[in-house]
Amino acid sequence: MLRRGNIRQAVKVGATLLLLVLLWEAVCRLLNVAPFLLPAPSAIAQRFAEKPMLFWVHGWFTLYETFAGFIIAVAVGLVAAAAIVVIPSIRDVLMPILLIAQLVPKVAIAPILLVWFGYGVAPKIVIAFLVAFFPIVVNTANGLAAVERELLDLGRSLEASRWQTFWKFRMPSALPELFSGMKIAITLAVIGAIIGEFVGGDKGLGYLIIIANQELDTPLAFAALTVISVGGILLYVAIEGLERLVIPWAQPIQPAQAST
Amino acid sequence: MTSSKPSISVVDLRKTYATRDGSIVSLDGVSFDIRPYEFVSVLGPSGSGKTTVLKIIAGLEAKTSGAVQVDGKDVVGPQRKIGIVFQVPALMRWRTALENVLLPSEVLGIDKAGARERGLDTLRLVGLAEFANKYPNELSGGMQQRVSIARALAHDPSILLLDEPFSALDMMTRNQLNLELLRIWSERKKTSMLITHSIPEAVFLSDRVVVLGPRPAKVLEIVEVGLPRPRTPEMRVSKEFVDIVDRIGRRIGLEYA
Repeated sequence: MLRRGNIRQAVKVGATLLLLVLLWEAVCRLLNVAPFLLPAPSAIAQRFAEKPMLFWVHGWFTLYETFAGFIIAVAVGLVAAAAIVVIPSIRDVLMPILLIAQLVPKVAIAPILLVWFGYGVAPKIVIAFLVAFFPIVVNTANGLAAVERELLDLGRSLEASRWQTFWKFRMPSALPELFSGMKIAITLAVIGAIIGEFVGGDKGLGYLIIIANQELDTPLAFAALTVISVGGILLYVAIEGLERLVIPWAQPIQPAQAST
Repeated sequence: MTSSKPSISVVDLRKTYATRDGSIVSLDGVSFDIRPYEFVSVLGPSGSGKTTVLKIIAGLEAKTSGAVQVDGKDVVGPQRKIGIVFQVPALMRWRTALENVLLPSEVLGIDKAGARERGLDTLRLVGLAEFANKYPNELSGGMQQRVSIARALAHDPSILLLDEPFSALDMMTRNQLNLELLRIWSERKKTSMLITHSIPEAVFLSDRVVVLGPRPAKVLEIVEVGLPRPRTPEMRVSKEFVDIVDRIGRRIGLEYA
């Protein structure tokens, strides 16, 4: 839905970005900055326009890795969160493992993952998954645990089964937190995929940046960065749209104008 | 004496909580009973353990000792003949008013076909028929609490337990809902127990008021409210009403002196 507030917000965001780009362009031209140090936006755009297919092909790979890693992260994260909340004794077993998996620097283990999973798309998906799943677990577990006490009492008074308690009482109330987790996770998944491509492989926007750096083709690197940023924003916005669609009740609405 | 057996009977009920610094006695021998279709309030100051009494009757909490019976049977756990209204509406945000009202029937798995009709009927009873498809965040606090009353009634329990249902509402809304509750109670005769810390509310609504003292709770007095039914707002300023309120107030006041 396009409301007036939304349009005003879009105009504000657009104007700010445009201003920044113009400023950047002006600085590069006025100070005569060498393109291999900092290319002007026009130079980046030109580089992009020369070979749009190049970005398209590599972009698809990165998108595929990002999305696959993200989906696996959501699935694994949901199951882990459910296990932690429903079976409290699992928490002490699972949490240390999850924390270690989160704390290990992904850049450091990327070469090992390459050895394990080969040169192709698999290690990138694994890294995207590894960086993305933690916020999903933590947020969803919080949401599942934060059901109103009275609502749980109601469930008990109706002798709801464990299954009913989970699906009817806990899961829906955790959806807003799941979506917050997913919004963080999707942006992290992009970074994970790029890290994977940095370490090895011959496809993807991360690979393109590596090549560009080796050849001091900074405009190419910036063009790839721009595609990554725009793609990441679109993914984030897509999750937000999905959120509005799936949980319209979680959006703030003015209470009905009526007497009690 | 009526010959009918009590719906709810509480005899020498005790509840002790174990804490790090030893045990705390919450209920110290509470006894009262509620006859079928009677409206009884359990009145006590904050922290007096009133809600604990309700939870034990509802089968949601264990007693330490004493006897609690519903319809002549010892309470061993929750039962579907009891409907509960909580202090907060506790509605599911993701369900419309009607869907919230339908929840108990759904969980209990009773009469899927007739449930919807009954749910709408109950919403009509609480005056929210036209809000059936609204979500909780579109309803005012008073309306939300009405939905939760409808939810407690929808699967037609014979007993209604109300745990300070109006304490979070402003005075005007509260008085309004007191009247509504009386109307609902007269239309759907239920054995009702209301937990409250408001003396006027307890007197206005009840046949009898069980007055609890401060922690550890004991029954100070069980007051028979002689006011005729149906109760009207004008009664709130009648001499009889004011006298009973005043007497209960003094009785509780003595305990703190």
